[in-house]
Amino acid sequence: MRQPKIIIVGGGLAGLMAAIKVAETGVPVDLFSIVPVKRSHSVCAQGGINAAKNLKGEGDSTWKHFDDTIYGGDFLANQPLVKGMCEAAPAIIDLLDRMGVMFNRTPEGLLDFRRFGGTLYHRTAFAGATTGQQLLYALDEQVRRFESEGKVKKFEGWTFLSSVLDHSGVCRGICAMDLKTMEIKTFACDAAIFCTGGIGAVFGRSTNSVVCTGSAQSALFQQGAYYANGEFIQVHPTAIPGEDKLRLMSESARGEGGRVWVPKTAQDPRPAKQIPESERFYFLEEWYPKYGNLVPRDVATRAIHKVVYEMKLGLAGDPAVYLDVTHIPREVLERKLEGILEIYQKFVGADPHVEPMKVFPAMHYTMGGLWVDNENQATNISGVYAAGECEYQYHGANRLGANSLVSCIYGGGIAGSAAVRYARSLESGCENTPPAVYERERVRQQDISDALLNQHTGTENPLTIWREMGDVMTENVTVIRYNAAMQKTLVKLDELSERFKHINLQDRTQWSNQTLNFVRELDNMLILAKVITLGAIARNETRGAHYKPEFPNRDDANWLKTTIASWDGGKIKLEYEAVDTSLIPLRERKYTAAK
Amino acid sequence: MADKTFIVKIKRQQRPDEAVRWEEYELRYRPHMNVIICLRDIAEKPFTRSGSESTPVSYEANCLEEICGACAMIVNGMPRQACTALVDDLEKPIRLEPLTKFPLIRDLQVDRSSMFQNLKRTKCWIPIDGTYDIGPGPRMSEEKQQVGYALSQCITCGNCLEICPKVNEHSNFVGAAIVSQVRLFNMHPTGEMHAGGRLDALMGPGGIEDCDNAQNCVKVCPKGIPLTESLAAVNGQVLVHAVKSFFRGS
Repeated sequence: MRQPKIIIVGGGLAGLMAAIKVAETGVPVDLFSIVPVKRSHSVCAQGGINAAKNLKGEGDSTWKHFDDTIYGGDFLANQPLVKGMCEAAPAIIDLLDRMGVMFNRTPEGLLDFRRFGGTLYHRTAFAGATTGQQLLYALDEQVRRFESEGKVKKFEGWTFLSSVLDHSGVCRGICAMDLKTMEIKTFACDAAIFCTGGIGAVFGRSTNSVVCTGSAQSALFQQGAYYANGEFIQVHPTAIPGEDKLRLMSESARGEGGRVWVPKTAQDPRPAKQIPESERFYFLEEWYPKYGNLVPRDVATRAIHKVVYEMKLGLAGDPAVYLDVTHIPREVLERKLEGILEIYQKFVGADPHVEPMKVFPAMHYTMGGLWVDNENQATNISGVYAAGECEYQYHGANRLGANSLVSCIYGGGIAGSAAVRYARSLESGCENTPPAVYERERVRQQDISDALLNQHTGTENPLTIWREMGDVMTENVTVIRYNAAMQKTLVKLDELSERFKHINLQDRTQWSNQTLNFVRELDNMLILAKVITLGAIARNETRGAHYKPEFPNRDDANWLKTTIASWDGGKIKLEYEAVDTSLIPLRERKYTAAK
Repeated sequence: MADKTFIVKIKRQQRPDEAVRWEEYELRYRPHMNVIICLRDIAEKPFTRSGSESTPVSYEANCLEEICGACAMIVNGMPRQACTALVDDLEKPIRLEPLTKFPLIRDLQVDRSSMFQNLKRTKCWIPIDGTYDIGPGPRMSEEKQQVGYALSQCITCGNCLEICPKVNEHSNFVGAAIVSQVRLFNMHPTGEMHAGGRLDALMGPGGIEDCDNAQNCVKVCPKGIPLTESLAAVNGQVLVHAVKSFFRGS
């Protein structure tokens, strides 16, 4: 039997889990990542990972986790795979526990669980407030073990440019660039799994890491991959504003009892600690008595916007509200939240144990992503799989906190196994693909880089174009969406695409040219920005994170469907697909009372 | 009124085999700036203070919240993460240099893959039987978890190697970060079943014996990991292991 070959692009949680699943079967893996995989963005996840282990005597169940996830996602997710994920979650926690993740413990030595948004149960396992880091490291260690056995080969410091498709449109490899030598090469494989994460950079500043540009997804989209539900963008309610980044202040702060408030009097000049209880407006607790501070993220974000922009109650008139953990015992904070409180202290210079934190919503996550099927994490391109944040399958119109880590690991595992099955089933593997197929793609990509490097007359700075794109996307295509403003956004994006043609690299060297790489990503980001905006303009309803004041209600008659964008000869085409709601009947989503 | 400005001096080198040069940039001050913002300002207007055209500075950065470990460099003489180096707290002019204990790639960017190689050499993982669903992991006390958690926050930034006098061209000392990871895996209930293999890797040249207890490492660790405790603990383990191995005749 021939030995197939699998390529994985992206070494965050999903990519590493896929690599482990493939390596376990003995099939060799080439793992590509822009950064050393241990520095992937999964490392930033803070609060925890959901699994209905029901260790707190609350009567929790995987069905309730499933129901919370579907309801939280406003019924836009296809239900069967979500059910599969919630059923698999307890075993995923066990696996991570066996891999040595330093989860917090109870006095009995069992795993501890905390509450998170959109649920009434203690369902979130956690390792301090750096759960993503701990999970990423555990998988990284397992992959390193396979690497030492020769089963995984890492290509760290390489960026994906495109897939290599044969004459019948089947993926037979990838084309990538070495970020040190700037060399562009093709690599043959029988199946490629994409775990390339989020798209925060499309919005300029976000809670995402620098590498989260969505460039790989966009490149695949331009090669024929469908992109689904692009318009569903999660804005996290609590982040620390910054010029370079909006730093996440985890939902776990509220899960451990943190309270969100503003002074009842606008522009109250007193320091927070001098404002008595009776003069504080705990708006989430007042408006949503059952869930309180733990309403889902879209609900909390809109509430903060309302308080700041409509009621004009932002702190000192600024766009900020208090996130207060000062009433929680120091010992608890140190054991359960230290990682994030440290971040706040380091960047803001104030001590959150003593002073309430000042926070504001920030772009955080894309529910949309590469379209994958209902079974195998397979995209519509034969041989191309996707898992993790870069695909659309698990979160519907809004993701619940602590569900992303579990969806990465579940989806990554499925993708790894499915890619092996597919690769083994091929009658003719990549070794029979003519060399000319690879050479054609390599030349196409080399020409793009050469054209950028050889353009000497350009006047446009890449960072300036990027910032303008981020600003217009953040202003018009995040929390509150008006069609007229989004139409103007499209005009602006077209203008930026036009200006992109006159870009000046300012660095024409062929050695670790970070500008060249960024410009190539920027080109792809502009296309993704249009996919997101077009999808948002078309969807005339309000659902989950997608909020249009002109269409304030969910419209199941017309919009209970998945947006599918495709690249049609250089134009973006939108089509729709029915949502599989076969397991949980539709009902109204409201968090003012228990479900 | 003219904008308030400040000076950043950067040690630059286009390639490992090319000449080193220092360049000076004058940047517009804003509140809450960090070194990353300085480097982005330069990328947007790559002109030196004297007005000559330069190039954007190469550097590594990813999370910008001191958890990925990427942006370590020498800021005003000390190894640290650029993202948490706040302009307000830094003496001006600000001086930026690449780490010196790792091969240079370009400007402030270095190749730290040797650290990942050493994690491989010291078998820093829990050897699980497989990913099948075979139930929960071993129980652990809260106390033990707290110790393990502190160690498992190492972001492989390399600051502890940069500051260590024993990491130099004459020695292959693996450095405190790796030794501390060995301690982590050796204390885990499953990991300790395989402690010997890790300790073997820390015996001999480049191993724990190369540490001469300068105790600089713990001062530059951005995560406050008790590295000197780890060095002492693993040193003890290695000694016991060596004696046992001797009597076993292996």
